[in-house]
Amino acid sequence: MQPTDIGNPDYFHKVVDCQWACPAHTPVPEYIRMIAAGHYADAYMVNWKSNVFPGILGRTCDRPCEPACRRGRVEEEPVAICRLKRVAADYKGDVGPRMPAPAAAPNGKRIALVGAGPASMTVVRDLAPLGYHCVVFDGDARAGGMIRSQIPKFRLPEEVIDEEVGYITRLGPEMRLGQRVDSLKALLDEGYDAVFVGSGAPRGRDLPIPGRQEAATNIHIGIDWLSSVSFGHITKIGRRVIVLGGGNTAMDCCRSSRRLGGEDVKVIVRSGFEEMKASPWEKEDAIAEDIPILNYLVPKEFKHDNGRLYGMTFEKVKAEYDARGRRQLVPTGEPDQFFECDDVLVAVGQENAFPWIERDIGLTFDDRWDMPEVDEVTFQSTHPKVFFGGDAAFGPKNIIWAVAHGHAAAISIDRFCQGEDLRERPPPGMLVSSQKMGIHEWSYDNAVSLDLRYKVPHREKLQALKDIKAEVELGFDPELAYAEAQRCLNCDVQTVFTDNLCIECDACVDICPVDCITFTRNGEEAELRTRLNAPAQNLTQEIYVSGTLKTGRIMAKDEDVCLHCGLCAERCPTGAWDMQRYLIDVAQAGAACCSK
Amino acid sequence: MTFLPKPKLHHPDLQKNALGYTRRDYEGPVSTLCAGCGHDSISAAIVRACFELDIAPHRVAKLSGIGCSSKTPTYFLGASHGFNSVHGRMPSVATGANIANRELIYLGVSGDGDSASIGLGQFAHAMRRGVNMVYIVENNGVYGLTKGQFSATADKGAKSKRGVVNTDEPIDLVGLALQLGATFVARSFSGDKAQLVPLIEAALKHQGAAFIDCISPCVAFNNHEGSTKSFDFVREHNEAVNALDLMLPREEITADYAPGTVELVTQHDGSVLRLRKLHTDYDVHDRVAALTYMQERHAAGEIVTGLLYVDPEPRDLHAALKTCATPLNALDDAALIPGSAALDKLNASLR
Repeated sequence: MQPTDIGNPDYFHKVVDCQWACPAHTPVPEYIRMIAAGHYADAYMVNWKSNVFPGILGRTCDRPCEPACRRGRVEEEPVAICRLKRVAADYKGDVGPRMPAPAAAPNGKRIALVGAGPASMTVVRDLAPLGYHCVVFDGDARAGGMIRSQIPKFRLPEEVIDEEVGYITRLGPEMRLGQRVDSLKALLDEGYDAVFVGSGAPRGRDLPIPGRQEAATNIHIGIDWLSSVSFGHITKIGRRVIVLGGGNTAMDCCRSSRRLGGEDVKVIVRSGFEEMKASPWEKEDAIAEDIPILNYLVPKEFKHDNGRLYGMTFEKVKAEYDARGRRQLVPTGEPDQFFECDDVLVAVGQENAFPWIERDIGLTFDDRWDMPEVDEVTFQSTHPKVFFGGDAAFGPKNIIWAVAHGHAAAISIDRFCQGEDLRERPPPGMLVSSQKMGIHEWSYDNAVSLDLRYKVPHREKLQALKDIKAEVELGFDPELAYAEAQRCLNCDVQTVFTDNLCIECDACVDICPVDCITFTRNGEEAELRTRLNAPAQNLTQEIYVSGTLKTGRIMAKDEDVCLHCGLCAERCPTGAWDMQRYLIDVAQAGAACCSK
Repeated sequence: MTFLPKPKLHHPDLQKNALGYTRRDYEGPVSTLCAGCGHDSISAAIVRACFELDIAPHRVAKLSGIGCSSKTPTYFLGASHGFNSVHGRMPSVATGANIANRELIYLGVSGDGDSASIGLGQFAHAMRRGVNMVYIVENNGVYGLTKGQFSATADKGAKSKRGVVNTDEPIDLVGLALQLGATFVARSFSGDKAQLVPLIEAALKHQGAAFIDCISPCVAFNNHEGSTKSFDFVREHNEAVNALDLMLPREEITADYAPGTVELVTQHDGSVLRLRKLHTDYDVHDRVAALTYMQERHAAGEIVTGLLYVDPEPRDLHAALKTCATPLNALDDAALIPGSAALDKLNASLR
């Protein structure tokens, strides 16, 4: 293997698994250390810069960081990254003065944004301080998009949305709320320099099976129903409720039902329990509220009595896998199952809908899915002035992806408006600093906590079910937050090896608690991986390879389960190992938003 | 040196041996020796050897004297018996312990000061009596704890860190062990675990006096230019006579080497030493030739390493003294205190 190029920002970025997995590349260990130190406002601002909605995401994020967390590979569970983020938001105090100021002078460019959800608001956050005049359109009367309309208040209180959307509206965008865009052509004709489409995936999929039309009064589309609940148009539901679907929307539907009069609420899914799309913790929360999840049942018919819904029948299926490992649901042949109900909520998926985009304005849609053709890097459509992001770009994902799209699109729009090449993306910033303070003193806490993951305290169940606005999760208090923060392995404090200092004494090999360092002869990667002290079987993790040492061997370090405890560096007699913090700062438009 | 205990977390694929222990279970508290000390590598090699041999930690007694090397038994086999003796007196304590209970595995760890200066006589007698033990000298040629004076094993002409040249002849512990009748004699290097671990394993399996002289650079006081015990010097002048693999009776023995290059030596307990010869004319069974060869190569400035001598049928102290096979702590009072009648009988037999 060639010696590893640690000058490439991606190399050590990948070692910070959480940050690499986060679509917005939030520097997670950095803010977790700040939380441990009690510097909540600093932690909040690190988050805010990357992911724009720390308080919202700290309660609702899909957490791609947590399955990636290295801790999950050396013990049972990852660090509770998401809920620590919330701690920063809960205890930050007043961060108003730290927020960027509105642009001192306009730069003369006007941007229209369709939808006031997380993608559009991120674009505004990045571009408004640069002097762009942003005009945001949304059909709803208040900004926030699906964050406000679809996420139940018992998971995300309204004040949190108001606060974090407020930090952006204070940057001076023109908010045209209650004003739905009906024609992209008309919008373009108004002479904007660019248009950003962040209109989400607003259409809930229906279930056209027998009885659907006749019993329509008591059959509701999940996201529409949640939205009506959110805006107070719906305040109750029948005693017996069936929720169809296995995603997070279904979990929100069933839990909301429990709070609006549903006593016998059940979720029924086609797939197996394990394959459900809902996050495991959302399933747990639903089950904890006495909501059974029944699986392998395919909806067959809505049963009604002259239009009055009284139940549903389902066909029992089982999963079978073909030679290529693809799953098929095949009937078991058992008799259909019948469940009584008063209301059904259909949460079987969401779709994009662009009836307001004319198909003759030079914006190509693909034939198969009827989705706009959008560049995955620049987020530009085939119409040079029109950019997409969030669910509108590539179909339903989640908030953190919408934010990431927003950042990337903002860079593109900025470059487009300044006449620069969109394909040239600004490189990330990289701040490197040695953590060494003494022979065995480091400026980070290198002791490895053995604590298991802490649970977030919940409101007492009866209390929680009484009020749909009562937040269920109470959040970590500072003591719990400190203990959980200490579980973080500080993966951004990197083990940096200088080959010409090494005397090959083996001290690092002997002390490494996870056997990740080996001195051996060089070889091809696949072969080298097999003869390390602990075979490196996780191919998603890199091998850090040094140049040739005095004995002709190389140092090879498997990054996979390194605890970043720094013992290799403490044991190194020559300083060949050092612990260096690599703060990787993914570029954003203009870089004007940083006001740390 | 670190103040932090080694984290308990380990590699998810960490293997277990036949007893269900991982290698980590054979470790001790974290070392307080200087960062990079060769002794820590030897400790790691001992840990690995005991793990691989499925040795129950509580069946091992580790003994040492005084010095950096003699501190190390604290840092490995945390669940074994330990005895830290007076300076240079480890061999006597080991001999006594062995007489009292022959069922334990005795592992003596000493240094060049502890064994070649104050304890030289003790070392000599443990070897000539054939105490069934592994005797490892962690040999760095300096007194590290007193800041780097030459020890008795420092080579004549070697330079100290302050530039002083050693004028005294070195004591060659390997030569002494050979002369005095040790039945397993080896030399190795802390910086070469591939060689050291199998040697320790073979020594642990040897049922007699097994001596390993392990050169272990002192990173603080003897790892400079002019030293003959530095990492660089040892690596440059290391002449291994053979490479050893220990084959346990349960393993299938395969000989896939060209004829004449591999020698299999079956030890008394059934373990097999597979020696890959690096010097084809070197005979590990010829004590006299070994002595001559050592001296020749030393004169040429080389450091000979590997398994230097082995007697596959060793005779140990117990055989010579015809002692009772049962450990003293397992004998009942009647056997331990036979009474005045037995004493009278014994006295009568001597009249």
